[in-house]
Amino acid sequence: MATRQTRTLARTMMAPAVIVLLIWMIVPLAMTIWFSFQNYSLINPMMTGFAGWGNYEYVIGDPSFTQALVNTLLLVGGVLLITVIGGTFLALLLDQPVWGQGILRILVISPFFVMPPVAALIWKNGFMHPGYGMLGHLFEALGLEPVDWFAQYPLFSVIVIVAWQWLPFATLILLTALQSLSEEQREAAEMDGANAVNRFRYIILPHMARAITIVILIQTIFLLGIFAEIRVTTGGGPGYASTNIAFLVFRTGILSNDIGAGSAGGVVAVIIANIVAIFLMRAVGKNLDA
Amino acid sequence: MARNVSVQTKTGFTILAWAVALLLFSPILWTIVTAFKTEAEAIASPPTFLPLTFTLDNFFDVQDRSDYIKHAWNSILVSVGSTVLGLVIAIPAAWSMAFAPTKRTKDILMWMLSTKMMPAVGVLIPIYLIFRDLRLLDTVHGLTIIMTLINLPIIIWMLYTYFKEIPVDILEAARMDGAELWNEIVHVLVPMAIPGIASTLLLNVILAWNEAFWTITLTSGRAGTLTAFISSFSSPQGLFLAKLSAASLLAIAPILLLGWFSQKQLVRGLTFGAVK
Amino acid sequence: MGSITLEHVNKSFGEVEIIPDISLEIKDGEFVVFVGPSGCGKSTLLRLIAGLEDTSSGHIKLDGEDVTGAPPARRGLAMVFQSYALYPHMSVRDNIAFPLKMAKTPQAIIDQKVDYAARTLNLGSYLDRRPRALSGGQRQRVAIGRAIVREPKAFLFDEPLSNLDAALRVNMRLEITELHQQLKTTMIYVTHDQVEAMTMADRIVVLNAGNVEQFGSPLELYKKPANRFVAGFIGSPKMNFVDGPEAEKHKAHAIGVRPEHFTLSTTAGAGQWAGTVNVAEQLGSDTFLHVEVEGLGLMTVRTDGDQTFSHGDKVYLTPDANRIYRFDAAGLAL
Repeated sequence: MATRQTRTLARTMMAPAVIVLLIWMIVPLAMTIWFSFQNYSLINPMMTGFAGWGNYEYVIGDPSFTQALVNTLLLVGGVLLITVIGGTFLALLLDQPVWGQGILRILVISPFFVMPPVAALIWKNGFMHPGYGMLGHLFEALGLEPVDWFAQYPLFSVIVIVAWQWLPFATLILLTALQSLSEEQREAAEMDGANAVNRFRYIILPHMARAITIVILIQTIFLLGIFAEIRVTTGGGPGYASTNIAFLVFRTGILSNDIGAGSAGGVVAVIIANIVAIFLMRAVGKNLDA
Repeated sequence: MARNVSVQTKTGFTILAWAVALLLFSPILWTIVTAFKTEAEAIASPPTFLPLTFTLDNFFDVQDRSDYIKHAWNSILVSVGSTVLGLVIAIPAAWSMAFAPTKRTKDILMWMLSTKMMPAVGVLIPIYLIFRDLRLLDTVHGLTIIMTLINLPIIIWMLYTYFKEIPVDILEAARMDGAELWNEIVHVLVPMAIPGIASTLLLNVILAWNEAFWTITLTSGRAGTLTAFISSFSSPQGLFLAKLSAASLLAIAPILLLGWFSQKQLVRGLTFGAVK
Repeated sequence: MGSITLEHVNKSFGEVEIIPDISLEIKDGEFVVFVGPSGCGKSTLLRLIAGLEDTSSGHIKLDGEDVTGAPPARRGLAMVFQSYALYPHMSVRDNIAFPLKMAKTPQAIIDQKVDYAARTLNLGSYLDRRPRALSGGQRQRVAIGRAIVREPKAFLFDEPLSNLDAALRVNMRLEITELHQQLKTTMIYVTHDQVEAMTMADRIVVLNAGNVEQFGSPLELYKKPANRFVAGFIGSPKMNFVDGPEAEKHKAHAIGVRPEHFTLSTTAGAGQWAGTVNVAEQLGSDTFLHVEVEGLGLMTVRTDGDQTFSHGDKVYLTPDANRIYRFDAAGLAL
């Protein structure tokens, strides 16, 4: 339905968005790559010049990098596990006939809308604090020693906070997918003699498989960049125990002012994210012809 | 779900569902009740649930703090500003992709979405340095620009999906009726797309308000939003528990309310159409 | 006024040629129908005239003026869409007034013209309603009203009646024809329904795969089809075709006989072709028999409504020798 006129106009109207995003993509990224090959430190301005792979060797060789990488994988993996399994369970539960569905959904959805710093502080002060946190009180009531979560299990604590925030997202997506499964299909399965467990295994789960994949891929993209929760609770510590790649780059580049090394770390983060994005794009691309 | 189950089954599920839901909601609930307690009661052991002494002092104290007001105002400016700026750039782009698509349109849309997937730390350092040199660090307009850039793909994507739901022959009728492009957009497209535009606006304000990376790394006290403000209390000085809860509650309440009304938009906007 | 000329118009989408080469001359004030099966390019042709699509090559002239590159707004045409395409957020009054508003007509004149259109089409009582509160037929009239107020050089109709139920369709057909008699403006009407074409048109353009098979008055097309396609497309029920030795007897590659050009007999041996009734459609006014003729295949025969037949009856058919159509191997009429 386009004519030459509308097509020319269309190009003009797209231009601002395309130009803006192009600049946003290319310029800073190019600079990061450039910096990663330079000796550039804000606290040591004397040291300049081409560094070759020096920064990369420095970053990747440092034990903090390995730990950050492992932490990233644990963080993403842990949250995914909790949110996907928990989300599936919650979606199934909310799909049942229950009273007060509307309010239930609101309660379950809420954590996603709490800004990360607040979420982190609620858990840090209200629950995980050994002195006046709820978990501390609970442990005491049970006669156990209260745990200082952030000191003893820093990464695990961060995982809990992030999982709490993202569980609603997974639940909402999976619930939407679940409710798109027609009632008739389920009834047909029932007529065919499938009990609840089999219906779940052979009808419901395959139907939700695509939604689960989407949840995993999209959450991974966002989870790779978890920042505020770490900053506000442990600051990456003790040591590097709760530092992920993103936080490592922040610490190196901004806190320690080592531009070169921080940039190298940034490039590594981009490479990891790209690998995930390729998978996501393939899955999403199939749907864009709607 | 129009399913015939026994009252017992329904009751059973209801109890289970409510238990789980309340459990998940409890941190927020805790924040709400603590905000109305005195500091002493907030850290009392054994803990109380409902405040024994119900007080509004914490809220007044928070409101008295000029830095809280300033940061709240910054949150509003940045969220709304970036959304409006985003819409201005996105509406023409979404129009062109929805109504004058070419073979490359799908690829361009995918590329735009992919810019959102770029990890922030990959560009943190240059942006920080550029902002420092351009004196944009710790400014509201600098922050607004970044917010616009990171959310632009989602705004475009959401508008695109809403525009595609508008029957193209109504726009063609407008053309036959003598409407040039500007009139077509203003008199026909936008009025028909108002619900979609409102939904996009809603989701984007929420995302911008809760953003907690750039708002923290690029500000240091003057232009910080509420996210930065709250983060500054990672070590317990200044605000104690009850006041912190009151401040947190004020910071999250508007978004919670908006969020309750935007569930559908969330699915549409953040799964990029992969889930219907 | 409203004459439209197409000169060697070609429309391709990439490598696919929807319309290879069409040249047509439509006279001012004519009611021309573009008819053809799905995918024949009739809607595309209409949209090219409207300016909603560009020609790949060729020229379109309105009253002698070349408008090939002009946008729809500047061609002075009005279009009624299949889905009516009413503006859902505007009242009926505003819908009809919209083109005048776009032309920056003074409000007083707008009101005048809207009222006139409303009266002509009986829309007076729902001028302030929204389209969603109207029935299909009412919406259609609003769409027509919107087109009328522009006083265009020509009206373009894109299958406007397809979304209406059968009874309403018959009424609207009459209304549109009456409108044409009243306004005397050129109308181009696209449909796949050959009954609409036959009843409404001054001249019909029969399209097939982007080509004009024939351009002539309804009766011309009916009595003197230029080729087998037109012969089979126009007329309901369809013409019966026979190939092979029977056709060779008439010195043609294929022959065609219309269902109403048979003499029917139940007396054995009294007809040229013997057959058995497969299905009898008794409409009351007519009876259509689907007869399996020995050696020649299934034929449709019309007979008067009083006769009753049932499955298995033996009948004997004689085609009217003066009304046998002959076609050569390429399908052209002989």
